[in-house]
Amino acid sequence: MAFTAFSGPATAAAEPAARRRSPIALFLLLPGIFYLVLFFVTPLISLVITSLQAPDPLIFGQYVNAFNWQNYVTVLETYWPQAIRSGGYAALATLFALLIGFPLAYFIGITLRPYPLIQSLALVLVIAPFFISFLLRTLAWKQIFSTEGPVVGLLSAIGAMPAGSSITGTDFAVVFGLTYNFIPFMVLPIYATLVSLDLRLLEASNDLYGSPATTFRTVTLPLSAAGVMSGTLLTFIPAAGDYINASREFLGSTETTMIGNVIEANFLVLQNFPAAAALSLILMAFILVLVAAYVKRSGTEDLL
Amino acid sequence: MTNNEVPKSGFAEAGADLELVGITKRFPGFTAIEELDLTIPAGSFFALLGPSGCGKTTTLRLIAGLEEPTAGRILIGGKDVTATKAYQRPVNTVFQSYALFPHMTILQNVAFGLKRRGIANADALAHEALQLVELDHVAGRKPTQLSGGQQQRVALARAVVNRPALLLLDEPLGALDLKLRRQMQVELKDIQSEVGLTFLHVTHDQEEAMTMADTVAVMNKGRIEQMGPPQELYELPHTAFVAKFLGQSNLFTGDVVSSSSTSMVVDAAGSKIEVPVARAQRTSGRVTVGVRPEKVTLHDAAPTATSGRNVIGPGRITDVSFSGVSTQYEVTIPHLGAISVFAQNTSISSLHHDGDTVWLSWAVDHAFGLADEAEAEPVSRFHADLDTSMIAVQSRKDLEAELEEA
Ligand SMILES: Nc1ncnc2c1ncn2[C@@H]1O[C@H](COP(=O)(O)OP(=O)(O)O)[C@@H](O)[C@H]1O
Ligand SMILES: [Mg+2]
Repeated sequence: MAFTAFSGPATAAAEPAARRRSPIALFLLLPGIFYLVLFFVTPLISLVITSLQAPDPLIFGQYVNAFNWQNYVTVLETYWPQAIRSGGYAALATLFALLIGFPLAYFIGITLRPYPLIQSLALVLVIAPFFISFLLRTLAWKQIFSTEGPVVGLLSAIGAMPAGSSITGTDFAVVFGLTYNFIPFMVLPIYATLVSLDLRLLEASNDLYGSPATTFRTVTLPLSAAGVMSGTLLTFIPAAGDYINASREFLGSTETTMIGNVIEANFLVLQNFPAAAALSLILMAFILVLVAAYVKRSGTEDLL
Repeated sequence: MTNNEVPKSGFAEAGADLELVGITKRFPGFTAIEELDLTIPAGSFFALLGPSGCGKTTTLRLIAGLEEPTAGRILIGGKDVTATKAYQRPVNTVFQSYALFPHMTILQNVAFGLKRRGIANADALAHEALQLVELDHVAGRKPTQLSGGQQQRVALARAVVNRPALLLLDEPLGALDLKLRRQMQVELKDIQSEVGLTFLHVTHDQEEAMTMADTVAVMNKGRIEQMGPPQELYELPHTAFVAKFLGQSNLFTGDVVSSSSTSMVVDAAGSKIEVPVARAQRTSGRVTVGVRPEKVTLHDAAPTATSGRNVIGPGRITDVSFSGVSTQYEVTIPHLGAISVFAQNTSISSLHHDGDTVWLSWAVDHAFGLADEAEAEPVSRFHADLDTSMIAVQSRKDLEAELEEA
C-alpha cells in the first residue's frame, strides 16, 4: 500500500546511522536534483521575484521588477482575517477528520481483520468518492445544504431552523466540505499503521492489567502515531490552501473567504500578481513552519 | 474508573491454586480443548507437556482470559474468574511470541504491569527484575535492539516482576541456547520456590518438564493423557503416547494368555512377556506392554530362564551408537521388530558390535502395561531427542489424519 510511505519516520530510527558517502550516489541523484530545480525551485524563484514587483509607473496594470517588500506588509494588513480563518477552518476540519477517521480506520484495520473481503470492500468505499470529480461532489453538497434542499427542509420542519434560511455559505458548510473532501487522506495513513498492528501486543497489555482504555492510550495510539501524523499533515496542508469549498460558487459566501480564495481573486480577477505571489509565499512559509514544528515534536516520541 | 477493577493488592503473598472444570474450547470447525479438568495446587510448579498443536497455548490463553471457553469454569484461588476480563485476573503470562512493546524501552516494558497497578517504586522493581535475568545493562534499549534470547528473558522479567499468584509460561525458554536455558531453568525454579508462586509451565521439551516440575501433565490432542510426578510418569506410563513422548519405550502388543493375582503373561508374536498386574492398566484381551530401553540387558548367549525376568531373542544388533556414558543399540528380533537398548559403558568388554546375535532380558518389575494399544509401526524409530522439526512433522501427520477423518 502506497500510504505506508507516510508512516516512515517511526521506523527510520532503526536503520544504521552511518552511511558511507559516495560520488556515485550523488551522480545517481542528478536526475532527481534536476527535476526538483526545474519544477520546484524555478517557479519558486519566479514567485519570489513576482512578490517583490512594484506597479509600472507608466502603464496601469503592469508590474516591473523591484524590491518592493512592502507588498508583504500590505497583504498581511489587508488579508489577516482571511489568513486566520484559513488556519481555523483547516484546523477544525483536521480535527473532525481525525475524530471520524481514526475510529473508521480502526474499524477497517482491526475489527474487520478476520474478514479480508469485507475489509478490502470497506477500503474501496473510503476512496470511492475520488471516482467522482471533486467539484461535482462539492456542488452536490451545495444542493443538499441549499434553502430548497432536504437538510434545511427537515430542520425547519422540526423547528430547529427558520424556514427559508440556508446552510450553504456558513462556517459550518465550509468546514463540513473540507472535512468531507479530505477525510480519505486521514483514514488511509492511519489505516496503514493499524492494519499492521500486532494484536498480540494488545493482549500482552491486557495481561499486564491494562484495561481497554489504558491499552488504547499506552499501546494502540503510540503505535499508530506515525499514521496519525501523516494523516494530520495530509489533511491540514491542502485544507489550509483550499479555495473550492469556501468559494461563493460552492459551499461558502463572502463571509467565509479563505486565503486560497484571496490568492485566486488577486491572480485571476484583480490581476494583482505581486499581492497574490506574496500571499502564496506567506501561506507556504506558514505551513512549512507548522509542519516542521509538528514533525519535530512527534519525532520525540512523547507526542501522545 | 477502570483502574478500580485491576487487582491492586500489591504482590501476591503466595501462589493461588488453579482449577479448570470441564473446559472445552471450540474454534470454528475445530475443537482445540475437550472436557479438560485440571487442578493445580497453590505453590506448585506444574508443567504441561505436549507436542506442538495439542492445545497448550490455547489452555494458557483460556486461563489468562485472552480466550473465552466454550464450556466449563476456571477458578483461581477458589474464585470463579470465568466471566472476568484478562486485565482483572491475578495472572501474568510469558508469551511464546514475547509480545514486547516495540515503542517502549526495556525498562518501560518491564515496569508496565507495575505502573498499571499504581505501584510506587515501579522502576526500581523493574531494574531488580532485569538484574535477575542479567539484562539490566540494556534497560534503556528498545526490544528490536535485542537478540531473540534476550527478548525472551525480558518477557520473563516483565511477567515475573508482578509476582502474580499464578504465572503462565508459554515455552519461555525456547529461544535460549542450552547453557542459558539450564541457567534460566534454575533461576525460574528459585523464583518459584522463593516466593511460593504457582507456575504453569508449558513446554514441548520433555527433559525441561521433568527436571523443573513437581507435577507433569502430558497433553495430546486437547486432552490430558496422564498427570503426576515426573518420576511416576516415566516409570509407569499409562498410554502409548505418554510412553513414547516422555522418554523412549519398547512396546509389544499381544493377547493375555495367562494371569494370576500378581502378574499376567502376554504373548507378543511368540515371545512371552510377563508384567505385574499392579503395573498394568488392563489385564485381559489384547494389550500393549512395554519396557524402557535402559532397563533392558543384552546377553551374548541365551540366558537361563529365571523367574522374575523376561527373556526374548535371539535377535541381531542392527545399529550401535556410542555416546560416551552409554551406548544405544538397536536390536531387531524376528516378528517383534526393532528394540532399543541403552547400556552403561561400565567396562570395555561389555561392548557389542553391529551384526552380533544377542538375547534380551529385563526384570518383570520394570515392565508396564498400557491402557491403549500402540498403533502398529513397521519399525519403531527412536531418536535421542524430540526436536522441533520432528514434532512439526508429527503434528502435520496428525493434522492430515484428522482431516481425513473429518
Ligand atoms: N484462533 C484459532 N482459530 C482456529 N484454530 C485455532 C486457533 N487458535 C489455535 N487453534 C488451533 O488449536 C490447536 C491448538 O493450538 P495451540 O494451543 O496453539 O497449540 P500448542 O500451543 O500446543 O502448540 C491448533 O491445532 C491450532 O491450529
Ligand atoms: Mg504454543
